[in-house]
Amino acid sequence: MQEKHSASPNVTKTRAPARPQKRRLQTREPEALAPLGTESSISAVSEVESDRQDGRRNGLAWLSVGLGLAGLFAPRHLARLIGAEESEATTWTLRAVGGRELVCGVGLLSGAQPANWAWARLAGDVLDLALIGTALQAKNTRNDRLLVAGAGILGAASLDAYSAWRLQQGSRDVAAEGIVVQQSITIARPPQDVYAFFRDFQNLPRFLSHLESVRVDNGHSHWVAKGPLGSTIEWDAEIVEDRPAELIVWRSGPNADVPTQGRVQFRRAGEDTELEIELRYDPPAGEIGAALAKLLGVAPQQQMSSDLRRLKQVLEVGEVLHSDSSIHRGMHPAQPSELSEQISKEVRS
Amino acid sequence: MKANCWIGNKKVRVQDVPEPKILNRRDAIVRVTSTAICGSDLHLFNGFIPTLESGDVLGHEFMGEVMEVGPDVKNLKPGDRVVVPFPIACGHCRSCREQNYSLCENSNPNAWMAEKLWGYSPSGLFGYSHMLGGFAGGQAEYVRVPFADVGPLKVPNGMDDEQALFLSDIFPTGYMAAEMCNIRPGDVVAVWGAGPVGQFAMKSARMLGAERVIAIDRLPYRLELALSRGGATEVLNYEQVDIHDALRSATAGRGPDACIDAVGLEAHGHGALFALDRAKQMLKLQPDRPTALRQAIQCCRNGGVVSLAGVYGGFIDMFPIGAIVNRALTLRAGQCHVHRYMRPLLQRIENGEIDPTFVITHRLPLAQAAEGFDLFVNKLDGCEKVVLKAA
Repeated sequence: MQEKHSASPNVTKTRAPARPQKRRLQTREPEALAPLGTESSISAVSEVESDRQDGRRNGLAWLSVGLGLAGLFAPRHLARLIGAEESEATTWTLRAVGGRELVCGVGLLSGAQPANWAWARLAGDVLDLALIGTALQAKNTRNDRLLVAGAGILGAASLDAYSAWRLQQGSRDVAAEGIVVQQSITIARPPQDVYAFFRDFQNLPRFLSHLESVRVDNGHSHWVAKGPLGSTIEWDAEIVEDRPAELIVWRSGPNADVPTQGRVQFRRAGEDTELEIELRYDPPAGEIGAALAKLLGVAPQQQMSSDLRRLKQVLEVGEVLHSDSSIHRGMHPAQPSELSEQISKEVRS
Repeated sequence: MKANCWIGNKKVRVQDVPEPKILNRRDAIVRVTSTAICGSDLHLFNGFIPTLESGDVLGHEFMGEVMEVGPDVKNLKPGDRVVVPFPIACGHCRSCREQNYSLCENSNPNAWMAEKLWGYSPSGLFGYSHMLGGFAGGQAEYVRVPFADVGPLKVPNGMDDEQALFLSDIFPTGYMAAEMCNIRPGDVVAVWGAGPVGQFAMKSARMLGAERVIAIDRLPYRLELALSRGGATEVLNYEQVDIHDALRSATAGRGPDACIDAVGLEAHGHGALFALDRAKQMLKLQPDRPTALRQAIQCCRNGGVVSLAGVYGGFIDMFPIGAIVNRALTLRAGQCHVHRYMRPLLQRIENGEIDPTFVITHRLPLAQAAEGFDLFVNKLDGCEKVVLKAA
């Protein structure tokens, strides 16, 4: 999913589960990132988590490579080290084990389908434990060393199992890691104007395509997002930080079905405003999460880019521009249609 | 209503489609009286521009009578006769305020498609693919014109359709190509392609002070038109002479001061490189065929300007970047910022400095649009420019 979006030339990117990337915002105005939500900024949370995951995976991968090389090229030393019988059969077994480890390690390092490689490592661990068990019953072995080796394999196996499980979660369920969308745009209006428009959250559904409505009431706002098959997902939000013409940070209240946070920043650039938005959804696993993930689309980054372009249109020309094809969901030839009639009535009323 | 629709590669058909409606507050609905087939429509016709859909209404050169305006259009009223620029521009964004109308930041609802291909998106255009907006075009009885308070130019009473029609595209496009050459008195300008845009580029180059204009084409009737009406002082047929040698000797070894490519991505040529380009284009290995552009670069004098009026959509191979770098050439391009040029060029027409109708060779009813495409694409019957009468 990630790789696809990076094809988009926009300044920013989706950073949901996988690789963290350098952020423009951080280099420019570091203090702006600090105050969101709990202990750190929304994006920092996902970066730390994905850093950890990468670290764990790489550790296991290099362990595999090391063991693999030792088994392949120094099987006799390895046999002595783990207390196995020094025989021709042991040598060839260790060579085979080494080859397998090397393949797993390189596979993990390649980054392609890391979960599968981690599971393969786990299967190898089970096989190794069986081999140790067999060796324990043989003569001419150092059982104390074999037991230490077995304990080591058990430890590695538990790490492999955890890692494989996490990696699989990551690739199977974007929602489990949270959906983070970040985009920016330049608008030919001063920051005060752009801020004022945005600060009235009731304006947001005019350009944020996944929102149906936002109702504001005594400093609290009630957000309704479109769900599949006409359903809706709703939450209350509160403003966490509000600096006129500079920054708005908000987050959903404690009882939200889908915890969500957002931050929008306004920077003056000549007579224009550079707006940067960051939204995070932490959908629970299961139905609602899947529904929201689907709703935000397979390309939330591109969607947000289009949403911001609509915001720009509203602020620069007063409304969202339609074309003969853009008024239709999905593809439609560039020719007038019956739908035009309906929109036309709304415009003229 | 009747509209000329793109059906598939090399196939257009006039069909019945619903009439357009006001979709935005600054829209106008125009009843088309005259429209034309542009050379760039041929690139669509031949399938070289991506993101077309069967049923797309073509046409971006058109004029007519205002029938209805949206609530925010204050400068036009029903009954006004207008000619409409082919790029759609909002008039408010930074690009529009800098008069770079074909780079309008708010007029392409499908900007993300263009961004995938080109990095960023230009303005939306009438009837020119979905990645440029998905707007129905003007080869139809009626057309919706967005940002009607910015684009359409009122045609003076008493001026014929045909006098004003080409202000929508080819006259300003040719003019901008010449303007980009920074012509100084005494300059020699070579123009590849004696099609309609090439003719206007030549004429404009003369208006802007070029002393000599050399037209390059392979079709004798087009070269004759360039000499007799287009303002060319000399002509070269690339099927008869080696263009580089001929230009070199015509300029005493310097090369032309400026070279205009008014051909674009479907250039004709000869030799092994042309055959290779054509094969690569057919195999989709190279979307654009840059025969004319390469030659223009090779032929331009040291430190000169190469100006692109022809349309390119994607990518080219064997680009002579070495010539550009080592001989300090300037390469200039852009879809025409038509809005910028309409009024001054209308003035030139009114002053009698130019009669734009000189390019018209065929007049057909809209219903015969497909025949018009056939004449134009195959260069039949001395075809230079086809005007379709919609009403």
